[in-house]
This record gives sequence, structure tokens and C-alpha cells, in this order.
Amino acid sequence: MRNPQLNANGALTHLLSIEGLPREVITHILDTASSFLKVSHRDVKKVPLLRGKSVFNVFFENSTRTRTTFEIAAKRLSADVINLDVTRSSTAKGETLLDTVDNLVAMHADMFVVRHAASGAPHLIADHLRRLGREDVHVVNAGDGRHAHPTQGLLDMYTIRHYKQEFTNLVVAIVGDILHSRVARSDIHALTTLGAAEVRAVGPQTLLPTAIEKMGVRVCHDLRSAIRDCDVVIMLRLQNERMNGALLPSAREYFRCYGLTPAVLALARPDAIVMHPGPMNRGVEIDSDVADGPQAVILPQVTFGIAVRMAVMGILAGN
Amino acid sequence: MNAEKTSHTVALPDAEALCVQLAALIRPQLQPETVLVGIHSGGAWVAQRLQTLLGLDREIGLIDVSFYRDDYGARGLHPRVQPSSIPFDVEGRRLILVDDVLYTGRTTRAAINELFDYGRPAVIQLAVLADRGHRQLPICADFCPWRVDLDPSSELVLSLDDGGRLQWSLDEHA
Repeated sequence: MRNPQLNANGALTHLLSIEGLPREVITHILDTASSFLKVSHRDVKKVPLLRGKSVFNVFFENSTRTRTTFEIAAKRLSADVINLDVTRSSTAKGETLLDTVDNLVAMHADMFVVRHAASGAPHLIADHLRRLGREDVHVVNAGDGRHAHPTQGLLDMYTIRHYKQEFTNLVVAIVGDILHSRVARSDIHALTTLGAAEVRAVGPQTLLPTAIEKMGVRVCHDLRSAIRDCDVVIMLRLQNERMNGALLPSAREYFRCYGLTPAVLALARPDAIVMHPGPMNRGVEIDSDVADGPQAVILPQVTFGIAVRMAVMGILAGN
Repeated sequence: MNAEKTSHTVALPDAEALCVQLAALIRPQLQPETVLVGIHSGGAWVAQRLQTLLGLDREIGLIDVSFYRDDYGARGLHPRVQPSSIPFDVEGRRLILVDDVLYTGRTTRAAINELFDYGRPAVIQLAVLADRGHRQLPICADFCPWRVDLDPSSELVLSLDDGGRLQWSLDEHA
């Protein structure tokens, strides 16, 4: 079967998942992003690449930050951006996902940026467009269920490459609620594709998916031993609704076992960086002294995210 | 025009010697605040040669016009985009845009558009190592040591040889 993200010429036409992306494609996106990063420092923070194109942000699930960074990225490429709050409009009235897509295609959409609570929704849309013969319309997955969040994975790789240059000798720990995290899955696929030396999946048994070691990671339940000698620590957000359910006793106990404090971080390499996809729960998964400390690169991640999304949209729209 | 006559009989001059000639053309018009801007990748090499030959101490600018090309819709984004770097204020500056080959004029158009997104220069002049004719836009070079009429089926390419010297080659398209 053909990779659903690539067109007949093998060029990237949709970004649905990092899984299955060739290493060269990932590297090409990261290289292109570094050129776009410079655009944001100029007097005129725009290039004319997507002039006249319409990018539809279709968010079936709320996310202010991701939607905003996609919007900024599209605007810096000179595209027209239309934000649809579908949760409150057509879907609430009973319209199906593909009917919504057909309507937007009829409005001459050139690209969809899709966030959906159901894993596979962006793939369904891409498949639908192919059956319609509309391979000129592109889909970017902005997060689907527990499956993937490829632009977050790519911006994380951009951040790591920015501070560490090479992936081959790196030890990376991903800490927290991996079970519900599409960011963790995208990061793991990207890190293994780029050849990181070791990826550690760290968390309580209840928040780790079964058989995750088959993704090529080492499973750890003890934070202190997992952080030892790490080059990169990626903290995941613990969602509020998980804190008092069956999976965890309490937020306080979680912080005691899995919260990243200066004392725990001191076990990592002295030049280790700390990342977080945001929004952070201070005092739950990360101590404020770490979040605001010299090793945190959480705000640079946001800045890099715009350049990475510009690169993804710029590459897709040209293929 | 006969392709065989132009492409196969054309003698390719020494590219390093052309750089010296180009520098000589620019020198009389050089002003103290003039800055060079090379277009990736051939133009960047030529700009670096000119920088040395003209004894300029100001850092040169480098631009990649991939984000400004007019064939993006047909050909997509260039696979190897280099970051543009303009380490000076463009506003009110005298700039010399440097490229290796002037052909359709579309790259020059894209480069001028990009420069204006950094500010409003006082003057932009164009210096090229070779003008191979067949313009598609109203653009001409202010400084050019070598003019040659080449058939569109052939591509004039500047590259670095193993010893780091600039050299010309002619690629024939079927």
C-alpha cells in the first residue's frame, strides 16, 4: 500500500503522522524550518509563498495555542486563514465530518489543518480527498485522539537539534501520561527514525500503554533512575481529569513520584534541556524552579513551532 | 537560433578571471557604504570573491529566493533552502546584488522583492558573472564581464572544483 502521506511522485502531500515518514523527509522539514525562522526576525515577517491560498483551521477539539501558531504560520506565508469553531457550529447541528469537508472544498479550500478527538480523522479526510480526485487539497494533522501530533513532534525535534545538533548519541526521557499522549507517540517515532541512542518512556504503570517497548523505547517506572545521564527530558502534561480518577491517587502524590524538581533534574547531564508541549501544570508534573530555570527550553519550543509549521505548509502546498 | 552553433562552439572563460574583471567594473562606482548581497549558491561564491578583490570590510548579505520564486506553484518548494542572512540594516543602503548567471531575470525579480521585505534600500545595482540572454522580464545587469547568447536547451552552471576554484560547465538538456 502506498504511504497515504505521499503523492504518486513520492512527495509529501499530507502530514498525518511521523510514523512511516522517511528520515530524509523529516530532515528536509527541519532544514526548511531553519530558513523560515529567520523570516520572523525581519521587518516584514511574511513571505509570499502561499499568497492567494486558503488555509482552513478546522478544530473539532479546543486548542488555543496550536490553532494560534498554525494561524500565525499560515499568515506569515501570506495565506488567507479561516478559523472554524466546528464544535459550536455545523457538527453540533448534526453534519458529518466528510460533509463539513465537502462544504469547505466547495469554498475552494487549499489546505485543512485538522484537530479531532478521534484518532484517524485527518487520515479519513485525506482518503476522502483522494477519492474525490482532489489531491491538490492538503491535510495537516494538528492532533488526532491519542494517535499523533506530528507538528509537535517535529518542533520537538527542531528544538533538540537546535540545542544538541546530533541525535545519534542522545538519551531522551519522555515522562508522564504517555498512555493518553499523541505528543509522546509522535516524539518516539521521530526520535527512533532520527536515530537517538536511547528513548526512555517514564511513568506509572497505569499511564503507560501496554507493549510500548515495541516502539523501541526502554520502559522505566522510577523517575530518578530514568533521568540519570539524560540529555533531553520531555515532560508531558497531566490532564486534570486524570488526577483524581482510577489511574492516579492524587496530583500531590503524582508530583512526589513523577514531578520534575531541581533535585531530580540534577541527576541528568549538566547540559540537559527540559521540554514541555504546554500548557504546563506547575506543581503537578513540573516544579516552577525547573520550568523557569536555565535548562528549560519551553518558550523557544513555541517560537520554533511557528517556523516548523511554516515549513510543513510551505512544502505541502508546493507538492 | 541554431542550438548547436551556440552551445557546442562556445568557449567557457575562466570563472576566476571573470571575477577579477567584474571587480574592475564595479570598483570605479564603489561608494564607502556599498554592501554586496549574494544570491545562493553561485552568487554567494561570486560575492565572496568580490568582497576580497574589492577589499570591502563590511559583511556581505546572502539571500535564498526560494520563498519568493514565481514557479513555486508549478515546481514546489526547493529541496535545499538556505537561510537568508542580511547582517545589516537595508533601509537607505546602497546594495549590489550579485548572481552568477543572468538569464530570464526571474531570480533577480524574486531577490529584489525579498530585499524590500528587509527595508527600503537607497539603490540596488546588479552584478553578474555571465549574461546569457533570453530575458523574460525588463531587467539588465549594471556590471557584467561576459555576455553570451546560449540556447535555452543548455544550462550554464557555476561550481567549485576540488581545489575550491570557480569553474563553468554547460549541461545539455535533451
